[in-house]
Amino acid sequence: MSDKTNIILNINGRDHAISVESRRTLADAIREECGQTGTHIGCEHGVCGACTVLVNGEPVRSCLMFAQQAAGKPIRTVEGLAKGDEMHPMQRAFMENHGLQCGFCTPGFLMLAVGVLEREPEISDENLIDVLSSNLCRCTGYQNIIKAVRAAAIEMRQS
Amino acid sequence: MSEAKTQQKLVGRSVARKEDGPLLRGQGRFAADVNFPNQLHMRVVRSTYAHGKILSVDLAPALAIPGVHAAWAFADVADIPPIDFRLTKLEQLAAYRQTILAKDRVRYVGDPVAVVFADDPYLAEDAAEHVVVEIEELPVVLHADGETGEFRDGLSTEPAIIRKGYGNVDAAFDNAYATVSLSLSIGRHSGVPMETRGAIGRYIAVTDMLEMYGAAKVPHWNRDQIAKMFGRPPASVNLFEGHVGGGFGVRGELYPEDVLVCLAAMRLGRPVKWIEDRREHLISTNHSRQQTHRIRAAIDRDGRILAIDDEFFHDQGGYMRTHAATVPDLAAAMLPGPYRVPAYRAIGHIRLTNKTPGGTYRAPGRYESTFVRERLLDAIAAETGVDGIEIRRRNLIDKSEMPVTRALETLGTDIVLDSGDYVRLLDKALNGVSWTELQAQLKQRRQAGELVGAGVAMFVEKSGLGPFDDVRITVSTKGLVEVVTGAASVGQGVETVIAQICADTLGVGYDIVNVIHGQTDRIGRGLGAFASRVTVMTGEAARLAATKLRDKVLATAAELMQLPADGLDIVDGEIVRSDSSAGPSMSLAEIATALAPGAKFLGEREPGLFAEASFESHHMTYPYGVHVAVVRLARDTGAIDIERYLVAYDVGKAVNPMLVEGQIVGGVAQGIGGALYEDFTYDDRGEPLSVTFADYLMPTAREVPHVDVIISEDAPSPLNPMGLKGAGEGGTNAVGAAVAAAIDDALGQPGAITQLPVSPQMIKAILKSRG
Ligand code: FES
Ligand code: FES
Repeated sequence: MSDKTNIILNINGRDHAISVESRRTLADAIREECGQTGTHIGCEHGVCGACTVLVNGEPVRSCLMFAQQAAGKPIRTVEGLAKGDEMHPMQRAFMENHGLQCGFCTPGFLMLAVGVLEREPEISDENLIDVLSSNLCRCTGYQNIIKAVRAAAIEMRQS
Repeated sequence: MSEAKTQQKLVGRSVARKEDGPLLRGQGRFAADVNFPNQLHMRVVRSTYAHGKILSVDLAPALAIPGVHAAWAFADVADIPPIDFRLTKLEQLAAYRQTILAKDRVRYVGDPVAVVFADDPYLAEDAAEHVVVEIEELPVVLHADGETGEFRDGLSTEPAIIRKGYGNVDAAFDNAYATVSLSLSIGRHSGVPMETRGAIGRYIAVTDMLEMYGAAKVPHWNRDQIAKMFGRPPASVNLFEGHVGGGFGVRGELYPEDVLVCLAAMRLGRPVKWIEDRREHLISTNHSRQQTHRIRAAIDRDGRILAIDDEFFHDQGGYMRTHAATVPDLAAAMLPGPYRVPAYRAIGHIRLTNKTPGGTYRAPGRYESTFVRERLLDAIAAETGVDGIEIRRRNLIDKSEMPVTRALETLGTDIVLDSGDYVRLLDKALNGVSWTELQAQLKQRRQAGELVGAGVAMFVEKSGLGPFDDVRITVSTKGLVEVVTGAASVGQGVETVIAQICADTLGVGYDIVNVIHGQTDRIGRGLGAFASRVTVMTGEAARLAATKLRDKVLATAAELMQLPADGLDIVDGEIVRSDSSAGPSMSLAEIATALAPGAKFLGEREPGLFAEASFESHHMTYPYGVHVAVVRLARDTGAIDIERYLVAYDVGKAVNPMLVEGQIVGGVAQGIGGALYEDFTYDDRGEPLSVTFADYLMPTAREVPHVDVIISEDAPSPLNPMGLKGAGEGGTNAVGAAVAAAIDDALGQPGAITQLPVSPQMIKAILKSRG
């Protein structure tokens, strides 16, 4: 059963040499083989978005991708957002706007929002809500997530 | 002369949460993040039949797979008693409890039949597929309000009937000016947190200590229960709560899987980890809500209620779980809401069906009974031709009548509405949406052909369930403050709120206060987090303990500084002279150092700078609220769009308004789910049809409108000195009721909505039926 292949996952600029079965999802590999448990798993079938990470700068659902498909590509996860003690503007905006309660969906929302705003800094409010509606949060009712992302968008455009 | 230094107050301010840093940095410790060397992974084999007799379970093919270390069926765990009730026990329900693996019958799709333990989770999942279970299918009961069937061994599927009431109901109906009757139902939906359940059991042989990680909500009760089930002293079991990805009532109750990982850890001598997948979650974690009500009101000619008579059927699913009769009991007890109801009778049938077992979900029993009661008020308005707002005003309990004893009890307490100004809050809510102008606008839009309408619903919540909570506060020699509580956190901001209260009372910054919760090894007893109890109970216990600690600090400082204690104050962790005259000051760290074990100053004193306190309360407090919804219906598709939503909620005193608002808005989103989208449906063989997020639809950022929140503090609770009432459930409570009323209004058809969730298909059918 275990035909393992050696691959390298580059997460937040660091290479992780790991050995995975071909059916191993990227989400599982990031969490288990690479020990980066900030990426969460809420459904394993591509609906909730808790597992969202950036691969080649694009938000992807890491539960739908196999680890081997991401080999060699730059992967960014929530652990890579802050620069040392200094939080990313998106993280700070979530804190200031109470955009999280239990925090389980948060890494997925942060990566989704950062990925989209880096690609499309001038995104309209309407489209932003469309994008954010692809992830689920069960605690906040989204209001403060939307507020946080809008606040961070302004800051990210300015810098 | 310098100005007097005073502590900046934190209670009442929207300070940022202490919890956020680690969660934002990906440093959370959720159940799936907990790992131990050499751990095994558990996978549950679940029934694929809704009802059946187990003929055989063959574990051998699974055990033959390399890397599989054990597999069990009922025979292997027959010595473990079924999971007991935590709340609202009734003797006659005991026979309906769930064993940790199904004995000789399965009662719902998802019922645990066997478990396998393997080196790797993927392997455990493969192995589970190899367990061969033979089941003879039996007829299913899927409707709680239909015929009863056999649970097992001649036991009826109706184990108990809840009866509550007072006054002469029959006489009131005999003498009524009119009677209004309705048949209403609420669908099956539930908490569905984004984190699925998870549990990790670990047994430490050298100390004979059993541990479970992934605990939530009620760790102490679960510890005692696991100990009892295994015949161990409670002190030899510890439960540890990490981060919890949402609770909402369902997470943290004691489920079969929690017991199984602990048992396996002891028997197999290795840590055992179980993480639920989403399909499992949707078929095995507590469902909630589903009820059918037949309600009638006797009224006088002005639409005043003379009596309410309700008979309802509660769909409990396959077994009675830890909540026993809690949900139907609360539904019956809380139904009268904020209104004067001179005579009342509720008869609630608890019915077992062949669906996933039920438990509580945010505003349990109240989401249901508020829908029913407020539909009734709207029907009274329609019957008498009096406006719905006016009908409510005529029936609302007046402030001058408070406190009001209901002659009803629930959760072991008598219902005494402690304080409230219901009329005033209704006015605030109506002003909040400019009700009169809103009505004019809606009228205009309706004339232009739009299907738009507004609805209002009112309710009374309950919170702060006792009977006790303990808090211990310790100051380290570094001056850091640690608060240990028996409370739990499910993501609602407990640490911040308790730290605010403690910091204010003590005179320190809230950033140096560390709040420990959900760890059974740190405090002897605790009731956990449910029923919106933490801010009220733990908050007051923290205030009491901090007050004691403050006295101790000042007494010690007085001696050390040779000044009278009543001339001292604590500001930002510094003990200063309260008259602010310059002079020596001391830090908390110095006081703690002076009292440290072995310190010279100590003498005969008890070592350590700490204080403990308990808060006891035998009555709940009753926050109350008003919801207003504005909806628009699409004529062609029947789509329901909530254009506006407002919640006015009186919480007595808001410790952190930002967090209260967050609770309310999040609660509204969940209420909208139950009103319009979420529904656990089954086919006629009892096969669940909502097993993924593609068919169990939860609201996204698209469906949840902007919610306006009015936090009101008109009626502080007289039951605790800060006047606190809990805020956890008021956002959810009345959403079904308000949305239904708004849809009726948009349709121009009072009483059109009789069931939740309301689907576009239903709207289309209504529109079509009237041509
Ligand atoms: S876990 Fe990947 S989308 Fe839900
Ligand atoms: S904050 Fe809990 S799921 Fe989003």
